[in-house]
Amino acid sequence: MATKKTPTKRAPKKRTASSALPSDVNNEMILDFYREMLLIRRFEEKAGQLYGMGLIGGFCHLYIGQEAVVVGIQSVLEDRDTILTSYRDHGHMLACGMDPDGVMAELTGRIGGYSKGKGGSMHMFSEEKGFYGGHGIVGAQVPIGTGIAFAHKYLEENAVNVAYLGDGALNQGQVYESFNMASLWDLPVVYVIENNRYGMGTSTERSSANSTELYHRGSAYGIPGMQVDGMDVVAVREAAKIAVEHARSGKGPYIMEMMTYRYRGHSMSDPAKYRSKEEVQKVREERDPIERLRAVMVKKNVIDEAGMKQIDKDVKAIVSKSAEFAQSSPEPDPSELYTDVYADA
Amino acid sequence: MPIEILMPALSPTMTEGKLARWMKNEGDSVSSGDILAEIETDKATMEVEAVDDGVLGKILVAGDTDNVAVNTPIALLLEEDESDADLSNYSAATPAPAAQADAQPATVSSETANVAAPEAPKAEAVAPESEWDGPVINTTVREALRDAMAEEMRRNEKVFLMGEEVAQYQGAYKISQGLLDEFGAKRVIDTPITEHGFAGLGVGAAFYGLNPIVEFMTFNFAMQAIDHIINSAAKTRYMSGGQVSSPIVFRGPNGAASRVGAQHSQCYASWYAHCPGLKVVSPYSAADAKGLLKSAIRDPNPVIFLENELLYGQSFDVPDTDDWTVPIGKAKIVRPGTDVTIVTFSIMVGKALEAAEELAKEGISAEVIDLRTIRPLDTETILNSVRKTNRLVTVEEGWAFSGVGSEISAMVMEQAFDYLDAPVQRVAGVDVPLPYAANLEQLALPQSSHIITSAKEVCYRS
Repeated sequence: MATKKTPTKRAPKKRTASSALPSDVNNEMILDFYREMLLIRRFEEKAGQLYGMGLIGGFCHLYIGQEAVVVGIQSVLEDRDTILTSYRDHGHMLACGMDPDGVMAELTGRIGGYSKGKGGSMHMFSEEKGFYGGHGIVGAQVPIGTGIAFAHKYLEENAVNVAYLGDGALNQGQVYESFNMASLWDLPVVYVIENNRYGMGTSTERSSANSTELYHRGSAYGIPGMQVDGMDVVAVREAAKIAVEHARSGKGPYIMEMMTYRYRGHSMSDPAKYRSKEEVQKVREERDPIERLRAVMVKKNVIDEAGMKQIDKDVKAIVSKSAEFAQSSPEPDPSELYTDVYADA
Repeated sequence: MPIEILMPALSPTMTEGKLARWMKNEGDSVSSGDILAEIETDKATMEVEAVDDGVLGKILVAGDTDNVAVNTPIALLLEEDESDADLSNYSAATPAPAAQADAQPATVSSETANVAAPEAPKAEAVAPESEWDGPVINTTVREALRDAMAEEMRRNEKVFLMGEEVAQYQGAYKISQGLLDEFGAKRVIDTPITEHGFAGLGVGAAFYGLNPIVEFMTFNFAMQAIDHIINSAAKTRYMSGGQVSSPIVFRGPNGAASRVGAQHSQCYASWYAHCPGLKVVSPYSAADAKGLLKSAIRDPNPVIFLENELLYGQSFDVPDTDDWTVPIGKAKIVRPGTDVTIVTFSIMVGKALEAAEELAKEGISAEVIDLRTIRPLDTETILNSVRKTNRLVTVEEGWAFSGVGSEISAMVMEQAFDYLDAPVQRVAGVDVPLPYAANLEQLALPQSSHIITSAKEVCYRS
């Protein structure tokens, strides 16, 4: 495994979205993108509402604004591939097909939740859907994802792990330890930096030496990187094809920097005073991933007004159902306190 | 019915706040995500965003109102097909949805608080290893550990070894001698010097179903990796509701070696034993080292396997079979006695046996218990012995404060108080970072003379 690689020069590159749709993006796919992004948006809005009602406790980090990243990437993955992310994880779970009822019920701490209510917002898993958390320690998911990629390679599965991290996590030492090993051993992992410009209240400008272009951060390890408009689901998909194919074909890790934005605070209790309302408003008006896709749909005549309304209605119904389930599912039985600490030897 | 907009809680602790001002007026149309109002808490000013589309029908709580309780309806939103007429149907007495929900809200703890916590499950009885009366081979602890890994790697393709210098160098302490030749570079993996990274990588591989053995050159270096050992490996099974396990072994030398200074000489037994989700093993003899390491590799949980550099070269009889396992969680009486119980583990077992030998000469019969596993602790073996001897001395190389001996003392006080004829004594490392100077190092570590003194004191003999 520990073979030495011939040094290669892989210049990081910057990608810009092209306005023409790629040939394999058909109407059906566009509608899927729209449905999935809207589901995440509405789910997160509902989660925020339930939090406000005191039904969700603790920390709750919403993904609103970043929907195109996970939806675009998920669209190029195979069933055998795996993903994991940080604590801003609801969108990733929905995008990889986990049941909204189980996710919302975990947020409310009920037995019907993915972790029987014992994990909460930041700690959910689905081996069935290839989702390996949900990690609360900033950056910790990066070596873990690298280890899952190691297992993919060890088991010769031709599968890829996608490890999502934020711009803040990118300054953790263990991220570079992972980059080094992943490149040294050509592990099939794609690191997706969701650059939403703020690690809690600290902007990338205030936390990055030399350059805020984060896709360069793997260059010392020979890991190719690209910067992508993370607010354009089609651009994300096109870029992800290249990165995932690179990892799958045995060429080692790839870094994707997704330029994105979160509309809400870092968590529910963050008033977000470190940025102006105008800044947020401008992104919402000019770059919103859902609105942009809607514009494409109208222009390309993908669906009529009534059809669009029907999707909105359907999504709303799914979210309402999940919120109802999350309130009607009982709290875990007190006997659950002591279960699941150890597996039976 | 119009949609009620409720006073939100914006932090886990907020119960009320000030509705500072409305950003929308009655009659304004509103889309999801629009800012409706600003509220102030003791910590911050926050915005209330609309969740639904519609028209702001009626403001129920005016701007600049203090002490608005969380979940109070503050406005009514009319949906697309509703009109002002629907507002008149609204009854202000309608309780907030949180209270209306069939199930009790998550934050209401009254009922939960009154429910007594269930009894912690009793530790399951662990069967002792089968008595071995077959042939034995005199083996060093070093070889026993290597044999354990080799046998388990032959048995299960998913077992692999990774760490610094484990492959080409044959192990910094030569524990992995010959493994690269037999199993190849795919399964015996030299890592860069990157403990945090490869510990996390190992946990990821374990989540996915492999069985990694992660060697730390010493457990002192595992301090760099302790976040993954505890937060990632130990807690994930619980946090995933039993879905994701971490069948991983973290192993390497622990405790003081010889004059390597404070940063390379620390016992981590009590650190790891503190944490639910981990198993902690620390053997003394070669037979136990081999049998326990094989059990650790087969265990579906994360196991901390604490070795001792000074024991690596010591030889013991080991059963001559490739299926010798020792159960995790079972202590062993290594010298039976009747007057005083000495409970210890790892290298201190040797010191305790020396002390018992000396004590015998003075007519004191000491029973020496080798814990072998620190977590789960074999309380039954300890308690049975104390009920017999009525006196207890604990011995460990690490510091006394919050140490393994402290835990055992507390446990015996709780469960066998009436059997004790003397206060428990703890023999432990002196409460200083371990010094380098030979004489000071000797003074800082427990010696058999300390054990003898304590044993005599609990027997009221001096």
